[in-house]
Amino acid sequence: MLLQALAFYVFAAVTVASAAMVVVSRNPVYSVLFLILAFFNAAALFVLIGAEFIAMILVIVYVGAVAVLFLFVVMMLDINLTELREGFLKYLPVGAMIGIVLLAEILLALGILGAGSATMSGLNAHGAQVMAVDNTRAIGRVLYTQYFYLFQVAGLVLLVAMIGAIVLTLRSRPGVRRQKVGDQINRTKDQAMTVVKVPTRGGVS
Amino acid sequence: MILGLESWTLARPEIFLAAVTMLLLVYGVVRGEVATPFVSVATSMALLVTAALLFVPYQEGTAFASLFIVDRLTTTMKALVLIGAAAAVLMSRAYFEQVKAWRFEYPLLVALATLGMMLMISANDLMALYVGLELQSLALYVIAAFQRDSERSTEAGVKYFVLGSVASGMLLFGASLIYGFCGGTAFVQISRALLDGKAAEIGVIVGLVFVVAGLAFKISAVPFHMWTPDVYEGAPTPVTALFAVAPKIAAISLTVSVLMGPFKPLFLQWQQIVVVAAVLSMALGAFAALRQQNIKRLMAYSSIGNVGYVLLGLASGSEKGIQAIVFYLAIYLVMTLGVFATILMMQRRGAMVENVSDLAGLGKSQPMMALAMLLFMFSLAGIPPLAGFWGKLYIFIAAVEAELFIPAVLGVLASVVASYYYLRIVKVMYFDEETEKLDRTPFGINRSVAFVAALLVTVFSLAPQPLSLIAAAAAKGLFP
Repeated sequence: MLLQALAFYVFAAVTVASAAMVVVSRNPVYSVLFLILAFFNAAALFVLIGAEFIAMILVIVYVGAVAVLFLFVVMMLDINLTELREGFLKYLPVGAMIGIVLLAEILLALGILGAGSATMSGLNAHGAQVMAVDNTRAIGRVLYTQYFYLFQVAGLVLLVAMIGAIVLTLRSRPGVRRQKVGDQINRTKDQAMTVVKVPTRGGVS
Repeated sequence: MILGLESWTLARPEIFLAAVTMLLLVYGVVRGEVATPFVSVATSMALLVTAALLFVPYQEGTAFASLFIVDRLTTTMKALVLIGAAAAVLMSRAYFEQVKAWRFEYPLLVALATLGMMLMISANDLMALYVGLELQSLALYVIAAFQRDSERSTEAGVKYFVLGSVASGMLLFGASLIYGFCGGTAFVQISRALLDGKAAEIGVIVGLVFVVAGLAFKISAVPFHMWTPDVYEGAPTPVTALFAVAPKIAAISLTVSVLMGPFKPLFLQWQQIVVVAAVLSMALGAFAALRQQNIKRLMAYSSIGNVGYVLLGLASGSEKGIQAIVFYLAIYLVMTLGVFATILMMQRRGAMVENVSDLAGLGKSQPMMALAMLLFMFSLAGIPPLAGFWGKLYIFIAAVEAELFIPAVLGVLASVVASYYYLRIVKVMYFDEETEKLDRTPFGINRSVAFVAALLVTVFSLAPQPLSLIAAAAAKGLFP
């Protein structure tokens, strides 16, 4: 139990610290890298509460796809951070207020401010029920049986998205020289070389 | 056994369409642009074969752990959608070849969108509804922007995408509230929870309002119609033809089965919303179209008005109302396909034209085409004894029987106003001096579609009884 608590505090501290660094760091590339660190630690926190499926999805989707996309955007676009920071003080009160409201909502939901303790115990009861089988297996059991139909249609939706992206962006440009490995290998000695007899003082035409 | 054999046989039209589409996709990718004509014809044939598979042999029931339902209503609606989509694919070739955007992905995206429509018609669960709707919408966003060298087409695609995503968000939000309050997403669970006294909960009502708003966007009912005129005008004409029929019929069918199914216990709550949307749609469809010069834009407002009449039938909440909706949609499908086939033949010196004034003098230069257009316009205006008149008559009878007197009277008045702009097209064709002749297009698929549509309008005008019996049988699906 002590080890678990220790692990929780380590991961939580790193998450919060790297989240702060995302906002404060001067170099946008560092920001993205800190974001990835924050995602990894959040995934570790999910593992600690027994939600290993969400943890893996977080790593695969957010680190593998979203963060890499961010990195691409940051590197492709020339973002001037000092320009972005200009309105910082002006927007600080509004931002702080939203933050305080969110914090109050979380505290309310957790029952610390008095109300809402009933919902929390209800959630815990649900959690205990689900924990009987680990959650990747639990999802797998319904995904390929009860929700098989939805799973297949979701696949079709992704297929449409793929076709759509290709149809709307792929252009066949004439006049572009491409390397065709097959043609290169198929070239014979006869096609590639000609033996020319060069007459004296004539040169090669 | 959750995925028993009957699941597969029940969903065989959908499975067939999905499999054929993917095979054709592979074929198109391997062969490249040369495959386009074959893929296009094969897709429209596949859509028609799918329509045939719906009926031989006809089956009913639920499949895939009750996420998917097949009954008489869904089967009839799917048949209408498939016919509309197949015709739209056939009609598109000449146009896309002309604008040099003729590529094999277009028919395949239409097929995938149609598959999404079939899945949403057959939805028996909020999640199944959503995935079907997204499959349909995503494919439609892409084909709205398919003519990507045209600024207007791209604009139409982006507009449709952004507004459509907002509508999907609203629908999801409403669905999540309903799930939270009813404890399930299956239609059966929702209706059971509502009958057990959850109906009075404010959360369920709010959820219902959001779901109806999301669906109203998809059928372009006022006040969620803003996207329709711009998208219809900007999208390539064959795509507009598709938009005006297939997705509209599918979304109306979905709205009907959601509101008349799980939300039947909340009838009094949603009836108010539907009546207001119906009256506003009929009024806007009539008045906003008066000043339109572009015929595609005019058809957009016309379709908004037609959705208003359909919603009036839904608001009556009776078996007769549903029968009237099916009947109306079948006739609407035929008339709209005919009008768009004619619009696709409007060319001058090899370029597409789409203004009402371009039709001037058509009565003299191309009497057959003008006669077909006259038939469609009279029918859309609801002039007796044409097919459109019977459609409107059934709707109004259902509304009056449900004691919706004021909305019914307003509907009749709106249809009188609307007949002005339908008749204006006839007047332009027959009585205006022609400026420059339209090209005489060679006999082709568009001419045949217009001819068949005109023939069907005539048949339905003279003998509406068989179609009305089919509609009655379909309505039985909701009232077992």
